[in-house]
Amino acid sequence: MILFGYRLPGMSSLLLWGALWEIVGQLEVTFFLPPLSAIFVTLLEISTTKVFIKALADTGYAFFVGTLSAIIIGIPVGILMGKNRLIDEMLLPWVNMFLSAPLTALVPVLMVLFGFGLKAIIITTALFAIWIIVLNARAGVLQINRSLVEMAHSFGASPSDAFFKIYFWAALPEILGGVRIGFIRAVKGVIIGQLLISIVGFGALFELYSANFLMKHFWAVLLVLFTLAFIIAEFLAHLERRVAYYASRRAA
Amino acid sequence: MTSENTTIDNAVTVRNVHKNYGDVQALENMSLDFPRGQLTSLLGPSGCGKTTLLKIIAGLLPATSGEIMVNGTPVSGPGPDRAFVFQDFALLPWADVMRNVAFGLELRGVAKSEREAVAEKYIANVGLAGFERSFPHELSGGMRQRVGLARALSVDSQVLLMDEPFSAVDEQTRRKFQEDLLALVKNENKTFIFVTHSIEEAVYVSDQIAILLPRPSRVSEIIKPSGFRHKSADGIRRDPEYLDIVDNIWASLRSYVE
Repeated sequence: MILFGYRLPGMSSLLLWGALWEIVGQLEVTFFLPPLSAIFVTLLEISTTKVFIKALADTGYAFFVGTLSAIIIGIPVGILMGKNRLIDEMLLPWVNMFLSAPLTALVPVLMVLFGFGLKAIIITTALFAIWIIVLNARAGVLQINRSLVEMAHSFGASPSDAFFKIYFWAALPEILGGVRIGFIRAVKGVIIGQLLISIVGFGALFELYSANFLMKHFWAVLLVLFTLAFIIAEFLAHLERRVAYYASRRAA
Repeated sequence: MTSENTTIDNAVTVRNVHKNYGDVQALENMSLDFPRGQLTSLLGPSGCGKTTLLKIIAGLLPATSGEIMVNGTPVSGPGPDRAFVFQDFALLPWADVMRNVAFGLELRGVAKSEREAVAEKYIANVGLAGFERSFPHELSGGMRQRVGLARALSVDSQVLLMDEPFSAVDEQTRRKFQEDLLALVKNENKTFIFVTHSIEEAVYVSDQIAILLPRPSRVSEIIKPSGFRHKSADGIRRDPEYLDIVDNIWASLRSYVE
């Protein structure tokens, strides 16, 4: 964005909103919104405590195991759906249903099936992330240039060659887009899991702070979560841009 | 001009091939011979089944009935005896020129150093030396098709199948390609099967032209230009026989063009 002839750095709007937050906080309009500076001070205080570090580790572990399984299962399933009509017909209704389903309502069922521990939280996280990853990988494969498939076939590609050397790469821009959105959804999944299944990690901190009206602490944890999600999303968006040059030039 | 010579050594023969898509008949009882070491064009209006026939010969499409023989062996799928050049080039956009040209060999399990040595030679042959590390989106349409051609040449198949290879490049590049193709046919001892919808192009480059007509799809005529093959690239386009054949083909095709 260019303002009064100056090119503003990316995300300058965050600074504006931060300043506004600080002003409203200093005016003490509501206890719900403490000044941003106070939140940062609190963040510095709690970030070295054992409780916080344990919560970060717990949440991070469930988050990464959950999303990693979603990626490892989701991408091949999506590619197979795009390649094979029969598999597609069988699975597509389910994928679409779970994509739009209120997964939170399913969490009690998962607790019955998988217990009240880490396993259920990881599965909740994976369930939040996987459907969009599947759908995007499928979409990526569906718009592959038919010539590329014929080319591989005509030069004698084995099915696994075709899968790893053609389909995966050709669908990569869409796959990365799906993984990025999947990661963002997984953040929701892991917190919901930690709130509903067993009170651990950041979920436990949210519960604790909001129940005791410790708004500075509450916001501090939320900021950490937001920042982590933002960094991951930006990193994946960066990868996506690196392959985007051929997303629009598949005919090449 | 339309006689069939049975003593000629044929690299590819097509016998009584039918192809149906459901109720639609794409090819009906098609028979054709492709003499070894020569370039045969499949020429005809759109919908005459020329690309379908080429893909059946390539093994990319199964024939409904009939037989395709390549060097006396029936075709049941793609094989190392044939290589395909695609109309839209079909290059891997995420791979550089070197990997694209070597990709056919890569799929055949040739070791990296070996296949890159072969690819390097053919990249130079098609005039792309120095572009080994470029990506397809950095090349012009004509250069991309040179990559496609180098890929087909580097697997060293006896039969080269070309599906309207020059139709997506500009007119001047196309002329250059046609001249290069003549040299290629002369120097490489390969059999070329060449699909085109351009009459001039077919007459210019072909040893034999099969005119295909639609509804039902059939071979209506086989023309073997002979008088101007020895002429220079420029001489051909002014040769009276060349001009006559172009006119005759147009006369027989005109009523099929909407």
